Amino acid sequence: MTQKNQTLVKLENAGVLINEKWLVRGVSLEIKKGKIITLIGPNGSGKSTTAKITLGLYKDIEGRVEKFTNKIAYVPQKINIDWTLPIRVNDFMNLTSNLKKEEVEAALEITGTPHLKNKDLKSLSGGEFQRVLMARAIAKKPELLVLDEPVQGVDFNGEIALYELIKKISDTLNCGILLISHNLHVVMSKTDHVVCLNGHVCCSGTPIDVANNEKYQELFGKDISKILSVYEHSHDHIHKIDGTIEKKEN
Amino acid sequence: MLDDFFVRALLVGIGMALVTGPLGCFVVWRRLSFFGDTLAHSALLGVTLSYTTEINMAISVFVISSIVALILLKLQKKTNLPADALLGLLAHSSLAIGLVVIGLLATIRFDLMGLLFGDILAVNVNDIAVVWIGGAIILIVLKIIWKPLFASTVNYELAEAEGMNPEKYNAIFTILLAAIIAISIKMVGLLLITGMLIIPAAMARNLSDNPNQMVIFSIIGGLLSVIIGLFASLEINTPSGPSIITSGLILFILSLTKIKKKSQLNN
Repeated sequence: MTQKNQTLVKLENAGVLINEKWLVRGVSLEIKKGKIITLIGPNGSGKSTTAKITLGLYKDIEGRVEKFTNKIAYVPQKINIDWTLPIRVNDFMNLTSNLKKEEVEAALEITGTPHLKNKDLKSLSGGEFQRVLMARAIAKKPELLVLDEPVQGVDFNGEIALYELIKKISDTLNCGILLISHNLHVVMSKTDHVVCLNGHVCCSGTPIDVANNEKYQELFGKDISKILSVYEHSHDHIHKIDGTIEKKEN
Repeated sequence: MLDDFFVRALLVGIGMALVTGPLGCFVVWRRLSFFGDTLAHSALLGVTLSYTTEINMAISVFVISSIVALILLKLQKKTNLPADALLGLLAHSSLAIGLVVIGLLATIRFDLMGLLFGDILAVNVNDIAVVWIGGAIILIVLKIIWKPLFASTVNYELAEAEGMNPEKYNAIFTILLAAIIAISIKMVGLLLITGMLIIPAAMARNLSDNPNQMVIFSIIGGLLSVIIGLFASLEINTPSGPSIITSGLILFILSLTKIKKKSQLNN
């Protein structure tokens, strides 16, 4: 096994321009083995785009992406399974790899879904589907795991359990994890590094650093960030609702 | 035994059904039925090319259909038009060019009906060889690309993120589709070939709950359509290509009764 702290993916000043609009720009980050990086930010701030840049899904990007692993598993934000395609959970588990029966069952066991193995994928509820997506990713034993809002549709207790699980995966598989979340205070204790996005990197650092950062508080509103810290500060710019930045007048 | 026209027709039909079964499943899953039609229409141009240059018909149709397919992939990237508009554009313009070329070649006698609806009863030993060897190559390639192609059918981004290279395999699949149209155009004609791809697969969808099962049912459905259709055309003297497609439709209607029971059970 390779040592901890080995870099898996490196983004340097990455950005994507589509239809003359920057989805996200100037993102630099590094994902290392055994570490969890969390991306936070409001809707449309470029979290999913950043994840897709990391996965190499955009052909034309600004900046650089360097990948040092091919063992990648991806849990996308949503998947639409076409009615025309009959597919069971078991078929889906083997979608991009050839797993043994025991490996499939073990992974489904971990996410609490062994009873769904022979169910039709389309008959699952949102929360069940999310767990199956996680199980599929775990079963691949990846070096890099990219999770785009993995707790959608999962109830609150399930959500905490799922974050516990993510931490456990990171420890046992020693893989690097890029996690997208809308909700910092739940993931905070499990995360090594937080990047707060709003079309660009607003701030980044340890969860505490970010929580105390004025820009983070500005972005999420003081009430939400108060849970983490009480920190008053004045700003030189305002983030408008459409994502543009305006200089504050004094 | 190969002297008998009916045995030859059966052999060709069976060879075709073995290939259209699995390919048809992908056509249905990927919602490519109109794409199949476009390729089939463009095949007319390939047929006229073969008449003027005396190249083997299967080869000229394959070349023209592949070119049209690749043009489509390019246009999809370059323009903002939706896929169905582009398909219509290519289908009708290549059909029109084909007919214009036929008009220019007034000296050559053309069996247009034969082209549109095929004549499986007129196949020779050569055609059997083309269908079985060509079909075997298509199935082997499909078997090799099955995993990445299936993954990209379920979800393109997931497949790409996990290193399955979907763009490449989609292109290969498109070529395979052009190939099956090329080798079977003489048997069922360019208006009915997509029916051979879609109808057995649609029937199979009603009966299956997983992808492998659907492929097997689709092959069985295709084989039954060919056998029933050919015997019917012999017994009641109906045109053979359309009889095969009609048999497929009857099997599809029968399969609807099965799906009804299934959903009642589930509820």
